[in-house]
Amino acid sequence: MDKKPVILAFCCHYCAYAAADMAGSMRLQYPSNVRVLRFPCTGKIEENHILAAFERGVDGVMVAGCLEGGCHFLEGNLRARKRVERAKKILDETGVDSRRLEMFNLSSAEGPRFAEIVGEMSARIEPLGPSPLRRDAQSVDAGIAEMTKQAATMAAQGGCK
Amino acid sequence: MIVADRKKIPEIRDMVKDHSRVLLVGCGTCVTVCLAGGERETGIIGAALRMALKLAGKNNVVVDEYVIERQCEDAFIDVLAQRAADYDAICSLGCGAGVQALAERFPTKAVYPGLNTQFIGILESQGVWTEKCAACGNCRLGSYFGICPITRCAKRQLNGPCGGSRGGKCEVSDSTDCAWQLIYDRASAMNKTVPFETVNNAHDWSTSNDGGARKVVREDQCIAGMGPKA
Repeated sequence: MDKKPVILAFCCHYCAYAAADMAGSMRLQYPSNVRVLRFPCTGKIEENHILAAFERGVDGVMVAGCLEGGCHFLEGNLRARKRVERAKKILDETGVDSRRLEMFNLSSAEGPRFAEIVGEMSARIEPLGPSPLRRDAQSVDAGIAEMTKQAATMAAQGGCK
Repeated sequence: MIVADRKKIPEIRDMVKDHSRVLLVGCGTCVTVCLAGGERETGIIGAALRMALKLAGKNNVVVDEYVIERQCEDAFIDVLAQRAADYDAICSLGCGAGVQALAERFPTKAVYPGLNTQFIGILESQGVWTEKCAACGNCRLGSYFGICPITRCAKRQLNGPCGGSRGGKCEVSDSTDCAWQLIYDRASAMNKTVPFETVNNAHDWSTSNDGGARKVVREDQCIAGMGPKA
């Protein structure tokens, strides 16, 4: 089994995704084991998207939305935070350590902050070891590819709910 | 509507763990509105249940999801019949009526509840539901200005208030309104007075569930030969 943790970052198009882009443009170094999924808003992310990621064997999920008060859709990031909190409770009930899931807020101008939170998340996940639901790297990659397609469909639809 | 909330995942896991194929059935009516057993919640519980089973070493248990429009009516279960044949257990995310309707429809299949049915109530504010009706079978709301003391008074007092009413709240909890304060306030808003000197008769509980499960029959609607159970 591949021991390197796989972290999935659910990123808002208006902030974290742009910040990730900026981190890349700035040639900032951050752990390469994070896979970025673009969402039109973190408010579009449902608990079942988060659970689906864990079901597919990812080791950690980070939800990165706009600064509180700065959501393009007004309150999508506030809803996302509550959904993340609820998903954490469900994960704990399920037997998956809820520390594997976290929500972050940042603006599109914060490329260095993006690199920092990815590092924070990676440092948190590594001591926890691989997800107990992880099978092999290929199946995780296939699961992520499937979720990427779903996220792309949502991004094309746009909006927040 | 009927208000319910989900059972904890370990409880659901322990109920279904000895089956090989489990169908999680959501309901598109009351429990969808109270965010307990609709399409979204069925997906969430399904994913959590699959993970919980795997972590418990039950890798071979298949859990699939399906949502029907209404579980408490046999005609709506028709769409489920063919699909259900492939499973040896059903976990219903409907209210208690839905669970039992599925159990009646599939007599040889194990049927489990995935929710705890709570009460008949209303949406008080976003994400908050409160009980409003005890389904006692003998409605007296007309005598109490539209506020039900049976449901909303902790003591079910038909002649209130009691001495535990303080500042409009019940002594049971500061977050619970005193039903009799609400009755008084509503009467005042209607420029009426609550007839405190009139003693209201004890409630006739014979219409409640004292005699076992109740039944409502509309003979004009009973047509022989119609429906799967006729």
